Amino acid sequence: MIVADRKSLDEILGMVADKDKILILGCKGCVTVCNVGGLKEAEILAASIKIARKKEGTDIEIDTQALERQCDNEYVSQIKDSVADYQAVVSMACGVGPQFLSEMYPDHVFYPAVNTTFFGGAVQHGVWEERCAGCGTCGIHLFGGLCPIARCAKSLLHGPCGGSSNGICEVHKDTACIWDAIVKKKMETGHLEDLAAVKPFKDWRTARDGGPRRSIREELVKGNI
Amino acid sequence: MTETKSGSNLEKVLTAGHFAFTGECGPPKGANVEHLQKKFQYLKGNVDCVNMTDNQTAVVRMSSLAGSALMVSQGLEPNFQMVCRDRNRLAMMSDILGAYALGVRNMLCLSGDHQTFGNHPEAKNVHDIDSMQLIAMVKKMRDEGKFLNGEEIDVPPKMFIGAACNPFADPYEFRVHRLATKIAAGADFIQTQCIFNMDKFRDFMKQVVDMGLHERCYILAGVTPMKNAGMANFMSKYVPGMDIPDSLIKRLKGVDKRDQAEEGILFALEQIAEFKEMEGVAGVHLMAIEWEHKVPEIAERAGVLPRP
Repeated sequence: MIVADRKSLDEILGMVADKDKILILGCKGCVTVCNVGGLKEAEILAASIKIARKKEGTDIEIDTQALERQCDNEYVSQIKDSVADYQAVVSMACGVGPQFLSEMYPDHVFYPAVNTTFFGGAVQHGVWEERCAGCGTCGIHLFGGLCPIARCAKSLLHGPCGGSSNGICEVHKDTACIWDAIVKKKMETGHLEDLAAVKPFKDWRTARDGGPRRSIREELVKGNI
Repeated sequence: MTETKSGSNLEKVLTAGHFAFTGECGPPKGANVEHLQKKFQYLKGNVDCVNMTDNQTAVVRMSSLAGSALMVSQGLEPNFQMVCRDRNRLAMMSDILGAYALGVRNMLCLSGDHQTFGNHPEAKNVHDIDSMQLIAMVKKMRDEGKFLNGEEIDVPPKMFIGAACNPFADPYEFRVHRLATKIAAGADFIQTQCIFNMDKFRDFMKQVVDMGLHERCYILAGVTPMKNAGMANFMSKYVPGMDIPDSLIKRLKGVDKRDQAEEGILFALEQIAEFKEMEGVAGVHLMAIEWEHKVPEIAERAGVLPRP
Protein backbone atom coordinates (compact mmCIF):
# COMPACT_ATOMS: atom_id res chain seq x y z
CA MET A 1 0.00 0.00 0.00
CA ILE A 2 0.90 3.65 -0.13
CA VAL A 3 2.29 4.80 3.20
CA ALA A 4 2.12 8.37 4.44
CA ASP A 5 2.95 10.44 7.53
CA ARG A 6 0.74 13.20 8.92
CA LYS A 7 2.14 16.67 8.51
CA SER A 8 2.76 18.57 11.71
CA LEU A 9 -0.19 20.39 13.23
CA ASP A 10 1.69 23.67 12.89
CA GLU A 11 2.14 23.21 9.15
CA ILE A 12 -1.55 22.39 8.68
CA LEU A 13 -2.59 25.32 10.90
CA GLY A 14 -0.47 27.54 8.69
CA MET A 15 -2.26 26.32 5.56
CA VAL A 16 -5.69 27.15 6.93
CA ALA A 17 -4.72 30.20 8.98
CA ASP A 18 -7.02 32.54 7.05
CA LYS A 19 -9.93 30.09 6.76
CA ASP A 20 -12.83 29.78 9.16
CA LYS A 21 -14.82 26.96 7.56
CA ILE A 22 -13.07 23.88 6.21
CA LEU A 23 -13.69 20.24 5.38
CA ILE A 24 -11.19 17.61 6.44
CA LEU A 25 -11.54 14.82 3.94
CA GLY A 26 -10.22 11.36 4.81
CA CYS A 27 -9.73 8.43 2.47
CA LYS A 28 -10.73 4.87 3.27
CA GLY A 29 -7.92 3.41 1.15
CA CYS A 30 -4.24 2.96 2.03
CA VAL A 31 -4.07 5.89 4.44
CA THR A 32 -6.81 4.35 6.58
CA VAL A 33 -4.86 1.09 6.70
CA CYS A 34 -1.69 2.88 7.75
CA ASN A 35 -3.61 4.84 10.37
CA VAL A 36 -2.87 8.29 9.03
CA GLY A 37 -5.77 9.53 6.95
CA GLY A 38 -9.02 7.70 7.64
CA LEU A 39 -12.16 9.12 9.24
CA LYS A 40 -10.76 8.59 12.74
CA GLU A 41 -7.59 10.54 11.95
CA ALA A 42 -9.66 13.25 10.20
CA GLU A 43 -11.69 13.70 13.38
CA ILE A 44 -8.57 13.82 15.55
CA LEU A 45 -7.05 16.45 13.27
CA ALA A 46 -10.29 18.46 13.31
CA ALA A 47 -10.34 18.43 17.11
CA SER A 48 -6.68 19.49 17.28
CA ILE A 49 -7.20 22.37 14.86
CA LYS A 50 -10.33 23.54 16.70
CA ILE A 51 -8.51 23.54 20.05
CA ALA A 52 -5.53 25.44 18.61
CA ARG A 53 -7.75 28.02 16.92
CA LYS A 54 -9.90 28.43 20.04
CA LYS A 55 -6.73 29.21 22.01
CA GLU A 56 -5.86 31.87 19.44
CA GLY A 57 -9.38 33.26 19.72
CA THR A 58 -10.13 32.57 16.03
CA ASP A 59 -12.73 29.84 16.07
CA ILE A 60 -13.01 27.64 13.02
CA GLU A 61 -15.87 25.48 11.77
CA ILE A 62 -14.73 22.04 10.60
CA ASP A 63 -16.65 19.16 9.09
CA THR A 64 -15.13 15.74 8.56
CA GLN A 65 -15.87 13.05 6.03
CA ALA A 66 -14.06 10.11 4.43
CA LEU A 67 -14.44 9.03 0.83
CA GLU A 68 -14.18 5.41 -0.22
CA ARG A 69 -11.12 6.40 -2.27
CA GLN A 70 -9.80 9.80 -3.32
CA CYS A 71 -8.01 8.28 -6.31
CA ASP A 72 -11.24 7.46 -8.06
CA ASN A 73 -13.43 10.12 -9.71
CA GLU A 74 -16.56 8.11 -8.93
CA TYR A 75 -15.98 8.79 -5.23
CA VAL A 76 -14.40 12.22 -5.60
CA SER A 77 -17.63 13.37 -7.29
CA GLN A 78 -19.55 12.60 -4.09
CA ILE A 79 -18.63 16.01 -2.62
CA LYS A 80 -19.82 18.01 -5.65
CA ASP A 81 -22.83 19.40 -3.81
CA SER A 82 -21.00 20.28 -0.60
CA VAL A 83 -17.51 21.40 -1.65
CA ALA A 84 -18.67 25.00 -2.22
CA ASP A 85 -19.76 25.22 1.43
CA TYR A 86 -16.11 25.33 2.52
CA GLN A 87 -13.33 27.86 2.04
CA ALA A 88 -10.87 24.99 1.73
CA VAL A 89 -10.64 21.21 1.89
CA VAL A 90 -7.81 19.49 3.74
CA SER A 91 -7.21 16.10 2.17
CA MET A 92 -5.81 13.31 4.28
CA ALA A 93 -5.25 11.03 1.30
CA CYS A 94 -1.89 10.31 -0.31
CA GLY A 95 -0.63 12.81 -2.89
CA VAL A 96 -3.09 11.43 -5.42
CA GLY A 97 -6.14 12.62 -3.49
CA PRO A 98 -5.62 16.42 -3.46
CA GLN A 99 -4.82 16.23 -7.18
CA PHE A 100 -7.94 14.31 -8.17
CA LEU A 101 -9.88 16.81 -6.06
CA SER A 102 -8.13 19.82 -7.65
CA GLU A 103 -8.74 18.45 -11.13
CA MET A 104 -12.46 17.84 -10.53
CA TYR A 105 -13.05 21.09 -8.64
CA PRO A 106 -10.66 23.62 -10.23
CA ASP A 107 -12.25 26.61 -8.45
CA HIS A 108 -11.61 25.22 -4.97
CA VAL A 109 -8.58 25.01 -2.73
CA PHE A 110 -7.24 21.67 -1.49
CA TYR A 111 -4.40 21.21 1.00
CA PRO A 112 -2.44 18.00 1.66
CA ALA A 113 -2.48 17.00 5.33
CA VAL A 114 -0.01 14.15 4.86
CA ASN A 115 3.40 13.58 3.33
CA THR A 116 3.26 10.56 1.05
CA THR A 117 6.34 8.50 1.70
CA PHE A 118 6.54 5.08 0.03
CA PHE A 119 5.01 1.80 -1.14
CA GLY A 120 5.33 -0.61 1.72
CA GLY A 121 3.69 -2.49 4.51
CA ALA A 122 3.56 -2.85 8.29
CA VAL A 123 6.38 -4.96 9.73
CA GLN A 124 5.01 -4.60 13.25
CA HIS A 125 2.20 -2.67 14.87
CA GLY A 126 2.93 0.97 14.18
CA VAL A 127 5.98 0.43 11.97
CA TRP A 128 5.88 0.53 8.16
CA GLU A 129 8.75 -0.13 5.81
CA GLU A 130 9.39 0.54 2.15
CA ARG A 131 9.33 -2.45 -0.19
CA CYS A 132 8.79 -1.12 -3.70
CA ALA A 133 10.17 1.83 -5.70
CA GLY A 134 7.62 1.51 -8.50
CA CYS A 135 10.40 1.32 -11.08
CA GLY A 136 8.09 -0.30 -13.59
CA THR A 137 10.30 -3.32 -14.35
CA CYS A 138 10.00 -5.79 -11.52
CA GLY A 139 12.86 -8.24 -11.05
CA ILE A 140 12.53 -9.23 -7.41
CA HIS A 141 12.62 -12.93 -8.36
CA LEU A 142 16.25 -12.40 -9.44
CA PHE A 143 17.19 -11.33 -5.91
CA GLY A 144 15.58 -13.97 -3.75
CA GLY A 145 12.30 -12.08 -3.66
CA LEU A 146 13.90 -8.96 -2.14
CA CYS A 147 14.13 -5.68 -4.04
CA PRO A 148 17.53 -3.94 -4.06
CA ILE A 149 16.20 -1.03 -6.13
CA ALA A 150 13.86 0.04 -3.34
CA ARG A 151 15.73 -1.32 -0.35
CA CYS A 152 19.43 -0.66 -1.04
CA ALA A 153 20.34 2.97 -0.38
CA LYS A 154 22.39 2.93 -3.59
CA SER A 155 20.01 0.67 -5.58
CA LEU A 156 22.95 -1.63 -6.23
CA LEU A 157 22.37 -4.63 -8.48
CA HIS A 158 25.57 -6.41 -7.42
CA GLY A 159 25.83 -5.50 -3.75
CA PRO A 160 26.46 -5.42 -0.90
CA CYS A 161 28.66 -2.33 -0.91
CA GLY A 162 31.71 -1.93 1.29
CA GLY A 163 29.67 -0.30 4.03
CA SER A 164 27.56 -3.34 4.91
CA SER A 165 28.27 -4.32 8.50
CA ASN A 166 26.64 -7.12 10.51
CA GLY A 167 23.59 -7.05 8.28
CA ILE A 168 23.07 -3.32 8.79
CA CYS A 169 23.14 -0.62 6.11
CA GLU A 170 25.85 2.02 6.53
CA VAL A 171 23.32 4.77 5.95
CA HIS A 172 21.09 4.08 8.95
CA LYS A 173 21.55 1.82 11.96
CA ASP A 174 17.85 0.84 11.90
CA THR A 175 17.95 -0.24 8.27
CA ALA A 176 18.78 -3.78 7.30
CA CYS A 177 21.33 -4.21 4.49
CA ILE A 178 19.05 -5.86 1.96
CA TRP A 179 22.05 -7.17 0.09
CA ASP A 180 23.20 -9.00 3.19
CA ALA A 181 19.78 -10.68 3.26
CA ILE A 182 19.85 -11.44 -0.48
CA VAL A 183 23.32 -12.99 -0.28
CA LYS A 184 22.47 -15.05 2.79
CA LYS A 185 19.29 -16.36 1.18
CA LYS A 186 21.16 -17.33 -1.98
CA MET A 187 23.84 -19.07 0.11
CA GLU A 188 21.30 -20.95 2.22
CA THR A 189 19.42 -22.14 -0.83
CA GLY A 190 22.62 -23.04 -2.70
CA HIS A 191 22.05 -20.53 -5.48
CA LEU A 192 24.92 -18.12 -4.96
CA GLU A 193 25.86 -18.48 -8.64
CA ASP A 194 22.70 -16.49 -9.46
CA LEU A 195 24.57 -13.40 -8.29
CA ALA A 196 27.74 -14.05 -10.30
CA ALA A 197 26.80 -12.55 -13.66
CA VAL A 198 26.81 -8.83 -14.46
CA LYS A 199 23.17 -7.79 -14.66
CA PRO A 200 21.82 -5.99 -17.73
CA PHE A 201 21.79 -2.20 -17.48
CA LYS A 202 18.45 -1.14 -16.12
CA ASP A 203 16.03 0.63 -18.43
CA TRP A 204 14.76 3.49 -16.31
CA ARG A 205 12.22 4.62 -18.88
CA THR A 206 9.60 2.58 -17.04
CA ALA A 207 10.44 4.42 -13.83
CA ARG A 208 9.72 8.09 -13.14
CA ASP A 209 12.80 8.94 -15.24
CA GLY A 210 10.77 8.33 -18.39
CA GLY A 211 8.37 11.10 -17.40
CA PRO A 212 4.93 10.80 -15.75
CA ARG A 213 3.56 7.33 -16.42
CA ARG A 214 0.24 6.04 -17.71
CA SER A 215 -1.13 2.54 -17.53
CA ILE A 216 -3.62 1.73 -20.27
CA ARG A 217 -5.78 -1.38 -20.30
CA GLU A 218 -7.27 -1.37 -23.77
CA GLU A 219 -9.99 -3.90 -22.97
CA LEU A 220 -11.29 -1.64 -20.20
CA VAL A 221 -10.97 1.51 -22.29
CA LYS A 222 -13.03 -0.12 -25.06
CA GLY A 223 -15.59 -1.22 -22.52
CA ASN A 224 -15.20 -4.89 -23.33
CA ILE A 225 -14.88 -5.83 -19.67
CA MET B 1 56.79 -4.73 -27.43
CA THR B 2 53.69 -6.36 -25.96
CA GLU B 3 50.51 -4.58 -26.86
CA THR B 4 48.91 -3.01 -23.82
CA LYS B 5 45.26 -2.26 -23.19
CA SER B 6 45.83 1.34 -22.28
CA GLY B 7 49.50 2.12 -22.43
CA SER B 8 49.35 3.51 -18.89
CA ASN B 9 52.45 3.49 -16.76
CA LEU B 10 50.66 1.43 -14.13
CA GLU B 11 49.76 -1.19 -16.69
CA LYS B 12 53.34 -1.32 -17.94
CA VAL B 13 54.71 -1.71 -14.42
CA LEU B 14 52.30 -4.52 -13.61
CA THR B 15 52.60 -6.41 -16.89
CA ALA B 16 56.40 -6.26 -16.58
CA GLY B 17 56.01 -8.09 -13.28
CA HIS B 18 57.15 -5.26 -11.01
CA PHE B 19 55.61 -4.80 -7.55
CA ALA B 20 53.35 -1.79 -8.11
CA PHE B 21 53.24 1.13 -5.69
CA THR B 22 50.39 3.59 -6.18
CA GLY B 23 49.41 6.70 -4.21
CA GLU B 24 46.41 8.84 -3.58
CA CYS B 25 45.63 12.53 -3.63
CA GLY B 26 42.41 14.22 -2.63
CA PRO B 27 41.56 17.32 -4.64
CA PRO B 28 41.11 20.57 -2.72
CA LYS B 29 37.85 21.95 -1.32
CA GLY B 30 38.19 24.79 -3.75
CA ALA B 31 40.07 25.66 -6.87
CA ASN B 32 43.43 25.85 -5.13
CA VAL B 33 45.70 24.51 -7.86
CA GLU B 34 48.82 25.59 -6.01
CA HIS B 35 47.97 23.38 -3.05
CA LEU B 36 47.32 20.45 -5.36
CA GLN B 37 50.62 20.95 -7.18
CA LYS B 38 52.44 20.97 -3.85
CA LYS B 39 50.93 17.58 -3.05
CA PHE B 40 51.93 16.29 -6.50
CA GLN B 41 55.56 17.02 -5.75
CA TYR B 42 55.56 14.58 -2.82
CA LEU B 43 54.15 11.85 -5.05
CA LYS B 44 56.10 12.42 -8.25
CA GLY B 45 58.66 9.70 -8.83
CA ASN B 46 57.66 7.84 -5.68
CA VAL B 47 54.57 6.06 -7.00
CA ASP B 48 53.46 4.54 -10.32
CA CYS B 49 50.20 6.43 -10.47
CA VAL B 50 48.07 8.53 -8.16
CA ASN B 51 44.37 8.09 -7.43
CA MET B 52 42.45 11.32 -7.84
CA THR B 53 39.44 10.89 -5.59
CA ASP B 54 35.91 11.76 -6.70
CA ASN B 55 34.05 13.75 -4.02
CA GLN B 56 35.25 11.21 -1.48
CA THR B 57 33.08 10.72 1.60
CA ALA B 58 30.47 12.64 -0.41
CA VAL B 59 32.15 15.96 0.35
CA VAL B 60 32.26 18.41 -2.55
CA ARG B 61 35.73 19.01 -3.89
CA MET B 62 37.34 19.97 -7.18
CA SER B 63 36.24 17.43 -9.78
CA SER B 64 38.36 14.32 -10.11
CA LEU B 65 38.46 14.84 -13.87
CA ALA B 66 39.95 18.34 -13.50
CA GLY B 67 42.32 17.08 -10.80
CA SER B 68 43.42 14.24 -13.04
CA ALA B 69 44.02 16.61 -15.95
CA LEU B 70 46.10 18.88 -13.71
CA MET B 71 48.10 15.83 -12.71
CA VAL B 72 48.76 14.93 -16.35
CA SER B 73 49.93 18.48 -16.99
CA GLN B 74 52.45 18.10 -14.16
CA GLY B 75 53.86 14.87 -15.59
CA LEU B 76 52.22 12.61 -13.02
CA GLU B 77 50.02 9.66 -13.94
CA PRO B 78 46.49 9.84 -12.51
CA ASN B 79 44.11 7.06 -11.62
CA PHE B 80 40.85 8.89 -12.30
CA GLN B 81 38.22 7.84 -9.76
CA MET B 82 34.58 7.83 -10.79
CA VAL B 83 31.60 7.15 -8.52
CA CYS B 84 28.07 6.18 -9.53
CA ARG B 85 26.48 8.51 -6.98
CA ASP B 86 26.83 11.78 -8.88
CA ARG B 87 26.51 10.96 -12.59
CA ASN B 88 24.13 9.08 -14.85
CA ARG B 89 25.41 6.96 -17.74
CA LEU B 90 25.46 9.94 -20.12
CA ALA B 91 27.65 12.03 -17.84
CA MET B 92 29.86 9.04 -17.09
CA MET B 93 30.57 8.16 -20.71
CA SER B 94 31.08 11.79 -21.55
CA ASP B 95 33.55 12.28 -18.68
CA ILE B 96 35.39 9.06 -19.60
CA LEU B 97 35.89 10.38 -23.12
CA GLY B 98 36.91 13.76 -21.75
CA ALA B 99 39.37 12.18 -19.33
CA TYR B 100 40.94 10.11 -22.08
CA ALA B 101 41.19 13.15 -24.34
CA LEU B 102 43.05 14.95 -21.54
CA GLY B 103 45.58 12.14 -21.22
CA VAL B 104 44.07 9.99 -18.48
CA ARG B 105 44.80 6.28 -18.94
CA ASN B 106 43.69 4.64 -15.66
CA MET B 107 40.37 4.80 -13.92
CA LEU B 108 38.85 3.39 -10.77
CA CYS B 109 35.16 2.45 -10.87
CA LEU B 110 33.33 2.93 -7.58
CA SER B 111 29.79 3.06 -6.19
CA GLY B 112 30.59 6.07 -4.01
CA ASP B 113 29.96 6.84 -0.36
CA HIS B 114 26.33 7.65 0.32
CA GLN B 115 25.59 11.37 0.30
CA THR B 116 24.21 11.27 3.85
CA PHE B 117 27.84 11.01 5.05
CA GLY B 118 28.91 14.12 3.22
CA ASN B 119 28.41 17.85 3.42
CA HIS B 120 25.30 17.98 1.23
CA PRO B 121 23.15 15.23 2.73
CA GLU B 122 20.02 16.81 1.17
CA ALA B 123 21.28 15.92 -2.31
CA LYS B 124 19.51 13.53 -4.67
CA ASN B 125 21.71 10.62 -5.66
CA VAL B 126 21.89 9.07 -9.10
CA HIS B 127 22.92 5.38 -9.12
CA ASP B 128 21.72 4.95 -12.67
CA ILE B 129 24.25 2.12 -12.93
CA ASP B 130 26.37 0.50 -10.22
CA SER B 131 30.12 0.02 -9.94
CA MET B 132 29.97 -3.45 -11.53
CA GLN B 133 28.18 -2.05 -14.56
CA LEU B 134 30.54 0.92 -14.69
CA ILE B 135 33.44 -1.51 -15.05
CA ALA B 136 31.58 -3.33 -17.84
CA MET B 137 30.75 -0.02 -19.52
CA VAL B 138 34.37 1.20 -19.57
CA LYS B 139 35.44 -2.17 -20.94
CA LYS B 140 32.82 -2.01 -23.69
CA MET B 141 33.91 1.51 -24.61
CA ARG B 142 37.55 0.40 -24.71
CA ASP B 143 37.37 -3.06 -26.27
CA GLU B 144 34.36 -2.76 -28.57
CA GLY B 145 34.72 0.95 -29.22
CA LYS B 146 31.03 1.39 -28.53
CA PHE B 147 28.76 3.40 -26.31
CA LEU B 148 26.27 1.52 -24.15
CA ASN B 149 23.63 1.89 -26.84
CA GLY B 150 25.89 0.19 -29.37
CA GLU B 151 26.85 3.32 -31.32
CA GLU B 152 30.43 3.53 -32.50
CA ILE B 153 32.84 5.75 -30.59
CA ASP B 154 35.07 7.96 -32.73
CA VAL B 155 38.41 7.20 -30.98
CA PRO B 156 37.57 4.93 -28.04
CA PRO B 157 39.02 5.62 -24.60
CA LYS B 158 41.72 3.07 -23.84
CA MET B 159 41.55 2.89 -20.08
CA PHE B 160 43.30 0.54 -17.68
CA ILE B 161 40.29 -0.45 -15.61
CA GLY B 162 40.44 -0.48 -11.85
CA ALA B 163 37.93 -1.48 -9.20
CA ALA B 164 37.79 -1.51 -5.43
CA CYS B 165 37.36 -4.40 -3.06
CA ASN B 166 36.63 -4.34 0.65
CA PRO B 167 37.43 -7.73 2.16
CA PHE B 168 36.36 -6.44 5.58
CA ALA B 169 32.73 -5.64 4.86
CA ASP B 170 29.95 -8.14 5.45
CA PRO B 171 28.94 -10.76 4.54
CA TYR B 172 32.59 -11.86 4.46
CA GLU B 173 31.93 -15.18 2.68
CA PHE B 174 30.54 -13.25 -0.30
CA ARG B 175 33.43 -10.81 -0.72
CA VAL B 176 35.62 -13.05 -2.84
CA HIS B 177 32.66 -13.83 -5.11
CA ARG B 178 31.92 -10.14 -5.54
CA LEU B 179 35.57 -9.65 -6.46
CA ALA B 180 35.27 -12.46 -9.03
CA THR B 181 32.31 -10.70 -10.64
CA LYS B 182 34.26 -7.43 -10.83
CA ILE B 183 37.05 -9.25 -12.61
CA ALA B 184 34.56 -10.95 -14.94
CA ALA B 185 33.03 -7.53 -15.65
CA GLY B 186 36.41 -6.29 -16.84
CA ALA B 187 38.53 -5.05 -13.96
CA ASP B 188 42.23 -5.14 -14.86
CA PHE B 189 43.39 -4.20 -11.39
CA ILE B 190 41.94 -4.02 -7.91
CA GLN B 191 42.80 -1.64 -5.10
CA THR B 192 41.57 -2.92 -1.77
CA GLN B 193 40.12 -0.97 1.09
CA CYS B 194 42.68 0.00 3.78
CA ILE B 195 43.92 -3.18 5.40
CA PHE B 196 44.55 -3.27 9.14
CA ASN B 197 43.32 -6.74 10.06
CA MET B 198 46.15 -8.77 8.56
CA ASP B 199 44.79 -12.15 9.71
CA LYS B 200 41.57 -11.59 7.85
CA PHE B 201 43.38 -10.31 4.76
CA ARG B 202 45.68 -13.36 4.69
CA ASP B 203 42.60 -15.56 4.77
CA PHE B 204 40.94 -13.49 2.06
CA MET B 205 43.97 -13.70 -0.22
CA LYS B 206 44.08 -17.44 0.25
CA GLN B 207 40.54 -17.62 -1.13
CA VAL B 208 41.55 -15.30 -4.00
CA VAL B 209 44.52 -17.51 -4.86
CA ASP B 210 42.48 -20.73 -4.51
CA MET B 211 40.01 -19.35 -7.04
CA GLY B 212 42.85 -18.23 -9.32
CA LEU B 213 41.59 -14.64 -9.34
CA HIS B 214 45.12 -13.23 -8.93
CA GLU B 215 45.99 -14.67 -12.33
CA ARG B 216 43.18 -12.79 -14.03
CA CYS B 217 43.68 -9.43 -12.35
CA TYR B 218 46.34 -7.44 -10.48
CA ILE B 219 45.52 -7.02 -6.81
CA LEU B 220 46.98 -4.04 -4.97
CA ALA B 221 46.74 -4.15 -1.20
CA GLY B 222 45.49 -0.95 0.44
CA VAL B 223 47.73 0.57 3.11
CA THR B 224 46.98 3.64 5.21
CA PRO B 225 49.57 4.72 7.76
CA MET B 226 47.94 5.78 11.01
CA LYS B 227 49.00 9.22 12.22
CA ASN B 228 48.07 8.49 15.81
CA ALA B 229 45.83 6.35 18.05
CA GLY B 230 43.06 8.95 17.76
CA MET B 231 42.88 8.44 13.99
CA ALA B 232 42.66 4.68 14.48
CA ASN B 233 39.88 5.11 17.01
CA PHE B 234 37.98 7.50 14.78
CA MET B 235 38.25 5.30 11.70
CA SER B 236 37.20 2.27 13.69
CA LYS B 237 34.11 3.99 15.03
CA TYR B 238 32.97 6.26 12.23
CA VAL B 239 34.23 5.06 8.85
CA PRO B 240 31.91 2.40 7.38
CA GLY B 241 33.53 -0.86 6.36
CA MET B 242 36.74 -0.39 8.40
CA ASP B 243 38.15 -3.29 10.38
CA ILE B 244 40.75 -2.03 12.84
CA PRO B 245 41.90 -4.62 15.36
CA ASP B 246 42.17 -3.56 19.00
CA SER B 247 45.76 -4.81 18.92
CA LEU B 248 46.70 -2.02 16.49
CA ILE B 249 44.98 0.66 18.58
CA LYS B 250 46.75 -0.73 21.68
CA ARG B 251 50.09 -0.72 19.86
CA LEU B 252 49.68 2.94 18.92
CA LYS B 253 48.50 3.88 22.40
CA GLY B 254 51.43 1.95 23.85
CA VAL B 255 53.97 4.52 22.68
CA ASP B 256 54.37 8.15 23.60
CA LYS B 257 52.04 10.52 21.69
CA ARG B 258 55.03 12.05 19.90
CA ASP B 259 56.03 8.62 18.61
CA GLN B 260 52.61 7.41 17.48
CA ALA B 261 53.09 8.64 13.91
CA GLU B 262 56.35 6.71 13.65
CA GLU B 263 54.64 3.64 15.10
CA GLY B 264 51.89 3.99 12.49
CA ILE B 265 54.48 4.18 9.74
CA LEU B 266 56.33 1.16 11.16
CA PHE B 267 53.11 -0.87 11.04
CA ALA B 268 52.55 0.21 7.42
CA LEU B 269 56.13 -0.76 6.53
CA GLU B 270 55.67 -4.19 8.12
CA GLN B 271 52.52 -4.60 6.08
CA ILE B 272 54.22 -3.60 2.83
CA ALA B 273 57.08 -6.02 3.53
CA GLU B 274 54.57 -8.84 4.01
CA PHE B 275 52.55 -7.88 0.91
CA LYS B 276 55.70 -8.06 -1.20
CA GLU B 277 55.92 -11.72 -0.30
CA MET B 278 52.20 -12.55 -0.19
CA GLU B 279 50.97 -14.79 -2.98
CA GLY B 280 48.49 -13.02 -5.23
CA VAL B 281 49.40 -9.48 -4.20
CA ALA B 282 50.78 -7.49 -7.16
CA GLY B 283 51.44 -4.23 -5.37
CA VAL B 284 50.48 -1.76 -2.71
CA HIS B 285 48.08 1.16 -2.89
CA LEU B 286 49.25 3.71 -0.33
CA MET B 287 46.51 5.98 0.93
CA ALA B 288 48.37 8.51 3.05
CA ILE B 289 45.30 10.56 3.89
CA GLU B 290 46.26 14.25 4.05
CA TRP B 291 49.79 13.00 4.69
CA GLU B 292 51.15 13.13 1.16
CA HIS B 293 54.41 14.69 2.38
CA LYS B 294 55.21 11.41 4.14
CA VAL B 295 55.00 9.39 0.91
CA PRO B 296 58.64 9.91 -0.14
CA GLU B 297 59.85 8.70 3.26
CA ILE B 298 57.50 5.71 3.33
CA ALA B 299 58.42 4.72 -0.24
CA GLU B 300 62.11 5.00 0.60
CA ARG B 301 61.88 2.99 3.81
CA ALA B 302 59.60 0.40 2.14
CA GLY B 303 62.38 -0.22 -0.38
CA VAL B 304 60.19 0.42 -3.39
CA LEU B 305 62.40 3.14 -4.88
CA PRO B 306 63.40 3.90 -7.52
CA ARG B 307 60.17 3.24 -9.36
CA PRO B 308 60.53 1.38 -12.66
